[in-house]
Amino acid sequence: MTVILNQTFTGVGIGAVLLLIALGLSLTFGQMGVINMAHGEFIMAGAYTAYLLQTVIGGAGVSLLVSLPIAFAVAGAMGALLEWLLIRRLYARPLDTLLATWGVSLLLQQAARDLFGAPNVQVSAPDWLTGHIVLVGGDHPLTLAHSRLFILLLAVIAVVALAAGLRMTATGRRIRAVVQHRELAEASGIPTGRVDRTTFLIGSGLAGVAGVALTLVGPIGPTMGTNIIIDAFLVIVVGGIGRLRGAVIAALVLGVLQAVLEYSTTVSVAKVTVLVAIVAFLRWRPQGMYTLRTRSLV
Amino acid sequence: MTTARGHRLTAAVVALATAVALTACGARTGEEPAGAGTRADVSEDTVKVGLLNSLSGTMAISEVTVRDALLLAIEEINADGGVLGRRVEPISEDGASDWPTFAEKSEKLIVSDGVAAVFGCWTSASRKAVLPVFEQHDSLLFYPVQYEGLEQSPNIFYTGATTNQQIVPALDYLREEGAGSLYLVGSDYVFPRTANKIIRAWAEAHDVEILGEDYAPLGSTEFATIANKVESSGADAVFNTLNGDSNVAFFKEYTSAGLDADTMPVVSVSIAEEEVGSIGARYLEGQLTSWNYYQTTEGEANERFVAAYRAKYGEDKPTSDPMEAAYTSVHLWKAMVEKAGSFDTADVRAAADGITLDAPEGPVTVDGETQHLHKTSRIGRIGADGVITEVWSSDGPIAPDPYLTGYDWAEGLS
Repeated sequence: MTVILNQTFTGVGIGAVLLLIALGLSLTFGQMGVINMAHGEFIMAGAYTAYLLQTVIGGAGVSLLVSLPIAFAVAGAMGALLEWLLIRRLYARPLDTLLATWGVSLLLQQAARDLFGAPNVQVSAPDWLTGHIVLVGGDHPLTLAHSRLFILLLAVIAVVALAAGLRMTATGRRIRAVVQHRELAEASGIPTGRVDRTTFLIGSGLAGVAGVALTLVGPIGPTMGTNIIIDAFLVIVVGGIGRLRGAVIAALVLGVLQAVLEYSTTVSVAKVTVLVAIVAFLRWRPQGMYTLRTRSLV
Repeated sequence: MTTARGHRLTAAVVALATAVALTACGARTGEEPAGAGTRADVSEDTVKVGLLNSLSGTMAISEVTVRDALLLAIEEINADGGVLGRRVEPISEDGASDWPTFAEKSEKLIVSDGVAAVFGCWTSASRKAVLPVFEQHDSLLFYPVQYEGLEQSPNIFYTGATTNQQIVPALDYLREEGAGSLYLVGSDYVFPRTANKIIRAWAEAHDVEILGEDYAPLGSTEFATIANKVESSGADAVFNTLNGDSNVAFFKEYTSAGLDADTMPVVSVSIAEEEVGSIGARYLEGQLTSWNYYQTTEGEANERFVAAYRAKYGEDKPTSDPMEAAYTSVHLWKAMVEKAGSFDTADVRAAADGITLDAPEGPVTVDGETQHLHKTSRIGRIGADGVITEVWSSDGPIAPDPYLTGYDWAEGLS
């Protein structure tokens, strides 16, 4: 019993990481329909921002907290720049966007290699984030690592802020209007180009925040983005393109599924089983868990 | 719309794949069909050698440093008059952590560049991928990394440890320290799987219990579950054969699960000084490693090596076992070629037996039959400052035994 509970907690921890890396994508891919292959590299940019700030500031705790907003700004700026330079010229050609952004991701990886070197760099976690809390003691204790808890908290804050922002602010309303019907929004006087850039900035900025969080659990290197990006896309596709609620549930379900299967089988078998489950699920519900009803005819 | 997009996506992927395949074919046409015994391109005053390491991808963290050590050795040899009066010209290729790429690049080095020998490869998967290429062209590979044994190609010189010089001594050390049960964690490819097979055979013969065996795909960075499994197994120690980036995630998760060197020591066979730096010493303090060389190994040869490496690459750059084995391999090749008086594979092979070198790790001797080295086994402990210090070493160099024929419990492994 404790094993199942423990793995569920572990799964929630994995799900929190998945959610955080998929959240930015849920805006750029989900809301705007842009397949941005460079999203993983924005995550990498966030992680390297945390690394740079730690070398400059020193204190692990302070630098981690400071790097969250700065990584958001850095990755957001990179995203907005990418949108302005490249993606806005390719909105009518989704497949070209895929190839172009893939090229950008390769460029960014090499840039990171040239700037920081091919070997991984290291960000040390502050003392209050190492170790774990014991939920139930005994021979088979039920524990949750502080780092996972922190990531979970970060993911919850990000989701709530994003949901509230989309629902309650003027910018959020404009974003939703453009997603639901671009031409009508434009006819109503909404500057769709600027809204696109803002959406991309927020989505990429969230990737930067995810990058900072990932420094707590994984390696930081030039290729870290490529390992992550597939999982992030899976979360969005399963959750339903364009739905925040879907992304949250899909991330948690996939995380728990992965953790429970890993425990009873092996990592490789668990990965395969999760993928097969996703394929079967999409066969049954090609649109994902939740669908976005738009007023467009296509 | 979804379907239309899906079809177009498929079409694009197919087109991309076709283009890549065509390019690969294009690169091959026009080459002479290569037969056995491709001759090295040796001129009056230069001889080319190939350096084949992953400079990108998940293995770059380790392999770039090997390339640096190889370049240092070549520089030293050139400063000393070269080999047989010829300047050694290195040609570096990137294996990109991708095994087919390794095979392709080794073919390029041997056939197009005409190198006299190739130095490099790290993972066993990459070595297995290039082996047929070296055998087909009867060329030489100097392989500088500890590996799982059970191999002996006439076209490879193995300058890293085989199992009886690294894994077996580590197991014996753990047992002496009182470990009665082990948990095995490794990356999912040939080295950890074979190593764990050997460990299981050893454990059965020595009454040590194996409480679990887990593999993660190479490059995997999600270790929460494995850490949980290790923690709840209650094993006395963990034998870690993870490679590359995965070690970072594993040790972060291990620490998060409340485990450390006191509660459950981990002995690793793929973590050297360079990796300690990128994992973070705080996650590794007190953990054990098994190698043949540490930066702190005593001896004049090592002092010279460390000083030369620092002078070339920076004061803060560590030296590690695979780097030392790579550095030594170039000097061994020079000694073999000079003894043979020729760069030809057959002559070099015939001259190899018995060549002894005072390497940074201590004296090493080439065993002509297995083409492995006699090496001293050393167990080290990682300090809070990231420095690995020796806590145990074998009495002198151990003779290589890649098929473990000298061990009763290993019967039936090969």
